[in-house]
Amino acid sequence: MPSAVPVSWYLILSAILFGLGVAGFLFRRNIITVFMSIELMLNAVNLSLVAFSYQHNQTDGHIFSFFVMVVAAAEAAVGLAIILTVFKNRSTLAIDDVSSLKN
Amino acid sequence: MDAILFLIFAAIAVGCAINLVVQTHPISSALSLIGVMLALAVLYLLLGAEFLAAAQIIVYAGAIMVLFVFVIMLLNAGAEQRVNRAQFAKFLGVPALIGFLGVVSFLIQTLMPNTKDVVFGAFRNGTAEAVGRKLFTEYLLPFEVTSLLILIAILGAVVLARKEI
Amino acid sequence: MEHASQQLWLIPLLPLLGFLINGLFGRRFPNLLVGLIAVGTVFGSFLWVVKSLQALGALEHAHVEHYYTWLESGNLNIGVDLMIDRLTAVMLLVVTGIGTLIHIYATGYMSHEGGFYRFFAYLNLFMFFMLTLVLGANYLMVFVGWEGVGLCSYLLIGFYTLKKSAGDAAKKAFIVNRIGDFGFTLAMFLMFVHFGSFDFKTVFDKVAPMAVEQTAGPLTWIALLLFVGAAGKSAQIPLYVWLPDAMEGPTPVSALIHAATMVTAGVYMVARSSVIFLRAPEAMDVVAVVGLATAVMAATIGLAQNDIKKVFAYSTVSQLGYMFLACGVGAFSAGIYHVVTHAFFKALLFLGAGSVIHALEGEQDMRHMGGLMSKIPITFAVLACAWVAIAGVPPFAGFYSKDEILLAAHHHHPWMYWVGVATAAMTAFYVSRAMFMTFFGKYRGHHHPHESPFVMWGPLAVLAVLSLAGGWYFKIPHFLEPLFPLAEGAHDETLVYISVAAGAAGIGLAWLFYVASPALPDSIANSLGGLYKLVYNKYFVDEAYNAAIVNPLVNGSRSLLWRVMDAGVIDGAVNGVGSLSRSIGGFVRLFQSGNIRSYAAWVTLGCVAVLVALGMAGGR
Repeated sequence: MPSAVPVSWYLILSAILFGLGVAGFLFRRNIITVFMSIELMLNAVNLSLVAFSYQHNQTDGHIFSFFVMVVAAAEAAVGLAIILTVFKNRSTLAIDDVSSLKN
Repeated sequence: MDAILFLIFAAIAVGCAINLVVQTHPISSALSLIGVMLALAVLYLLLGAEFLAAAQIIVYAGAIMVLFVFVIMLLNAGAEQRVNRAQFAKFLGVPALIGFLGVVSFLIQTLMPNTKDVVFGAFRNGTAEAVGRKLFTEYLLPFEVTSLLILIAILGAVVLARKEI
Repeated sequence: MEHASQQLWLIPLLPLLGFLINGLFGRRFPNLLVGLIAVGTVFGSFLWVVKSLQALGALEHAHVEHYYTWLESGNLNIGVDLMIDRLTAVMLLVVTGIGTLIHIYATGYMSHEGGFYRFFAYLNLFMFFMLTLVLGANYLMVFVGWEGVGLCSYLLIGFYTLKKSAGDAAKKAFIVNRIGDFGFTLAMFLMFVHFGSFDFKTVFDKVAPMAVEQTAGPLTWIALLLFVGAAGKSAQIPLYVWLPDAMEGPTPVSALIHAATMVTAGVYMVARSSVIFLRAPEAMDVVAVVGLATAVMAATIGLAQNDIKKVFAYSTVSQLGYMFLACGVGAFSAGIYHVVTHAFFKALLFLGAGSVIHALEGEQDMRHMGGLMSKIPITFAVLACAWVAIAGVPPFAGFYSKDEILLAAHHHHPWMYWVGVATAAMTAFYVSRAMFMTFFGKYRGHHHPHESPFVMWGPLAVLAVLSLAGGWYFKIPHFLEPLFPLAEGAHDETLVYISVAAGAAGIGLAWLFYVASPALPDSIANSLGGLYKLVYNKYFVDEAYNAAIVNPLVNGSRSLLWRVMDAGVIDGAVNGVGSLSRSIGGFVRLFQSGNIRSYAAWVTLGCVAVLVALGMAGGR
């Protein structure tokens, strides 16, 4: 067992989390879970940014992560508001039932 | 020590993420997501990102996830109904996901064979001071713009949550 | 001497403005306003011409105004340049002056027709292009105007859109003119190859020191190709066939475009290029012979026509032949002189004929006229002025210019003079015949003739005065002397007497045939049988063209281009593309399930594919 792991392991962890986020996004039917999958993907990206920041010994990756968090916060606020509105109008959280755009 | 910490928290993160995906009740998923975020915060700390680790816990695990849980509770969301297509997803999706992750891991390993070892304390530029210096000098304009973005998001949330729509 | 800018661009622009206003909004305007705009803009440019000419004084040198560079490519540099010299001045006055008169006349003539605003919009557009043609200071500007007047001619010949014959005539005019334009374009290409410029000044400065070409060289080819263009526009053999058919258009159009102005553009262009022509004697001979042949042939056809406008149409062709004869024998100033006087009396003849037709509510066949002298006296009076002018009776307009031409022809080759005199006699005969058949004898028609309103006969009166006194008053050859030196040579009085006598003989013969003993023409026609039929049917030229050119083209188009190319290849390709896209669409539609998650799955698959491809490519 080595005393330290290389940065690439962090990247692989990031990829695994991202892949799980994609899977959740594709397979879940509850709109809130789908939304949380998106948050998971954003977190995975943040991890890779921080890992690259370590690799290149620069702070810029942290700044990007910070901005991702800001966007995620804004997205969560608006997204949850949309979910609330949808639920109020249709009384359902299953995304397959929300299909007005389908003819 | 570094390797052990990484493996423990990576395992926690992956386990929670899997739990997020397979749980049918949204409240379980939300709790799993909080676990992922906390594990990630520790990993950030390992990578020297002190400020981000704190922000991760405060903003993500604290604020955003509370918002999620709050909405779940408010809507009284129940467990998903199972449909037949889920079987199809299980049989095709899981192997596809594993294959995809294999390809990506392989690519990462071959394209970046000589990455640094992560040693706790080797990276000193992730402190609040370093991040703040960067944020308020080089990235001042984007930072200010994000304030506008958040303002718009607040307005959007208020407008959307009104009764009439 | 350099003059200040005269804002020459205003001259063509005013009619363009009229075109835009009438064309865009004329439908909602009352006829009076449309007429006022149309006449006002043309009259405005006439006034501006007069003002500019006064400011420019004697015009010893050409006055050129450069506005902006139109094309610049390599060493080719074409500007939007306008130019006035003495030749342009004459043409400008004729075009705007007669244009104004005909516009005024048309407001009366067209008052009962549909599409009033459309008519005047086209007419104004024509004025714009004609003035561009005349004012242009390089061949390309001239060509722009040249094509533009062709377009307007097409639009106006086909003005009665519901008549098939009008549409056919318009297409014929357009297509025949294209043949001529082809020659013009080739001439321009040659010019560019040899002189590298289209500017009149540059080209002529380069040509001037060149020697006269004894055998055909580049100048001869340029001159001949220019003449092909001129023959198309000015209706010379073999491209004259469109002009008689062009009479399908309203009469003011026939007067303005197909008698007074546009058809003389070819003569103008040959005169403008006189520097080139003078150094290409072989081309000059071609011009003279073609002009003379056209004059004779058209005059003979004119002898036997019964449609009053057809008579004058062939007369126009014949007179245009005279003008080219003048240019061909080197008397360019005489040619332009005849352009001017012909514009006076031929515009008058057409407008007068229009007045007759208007009086008879559309009747054009002279066999159904007769005895109109007392019924429409004003029309008769003004037409009589045109009659004496074209017949060459001294001292009226046609006498002077025709005399100049015939004398120059005699100086060149005596036989040309004699043929010309014979043609003059025929001219006098057919015009007199038309006059006698229309105004003398007994009325043979069914309508009730009524005199035209003042707006119609007012311009006629002005033109009548010009036809009578124009030749004597305007000494065009003298005015143009700096550009075209007068040919020296004895002014032989006998030759003048002979041509006048020929004209008188023509009139007398017509009197004998159509007034004194009306039975005579039929018996002569019968005894001449085949010859009469040949002339009456215009030498079967249209039929020959149809058999030789039109029918093979039509049949070829039908069997090869339509059946094989169009239906088989093009339609097949189009339909194939259609059914192919339908089938592709049917397949692609499977992806458009409307299920958002399936879209997301496809996006993910695409990302994975890109990632894998990047990894295989080495990731860089």
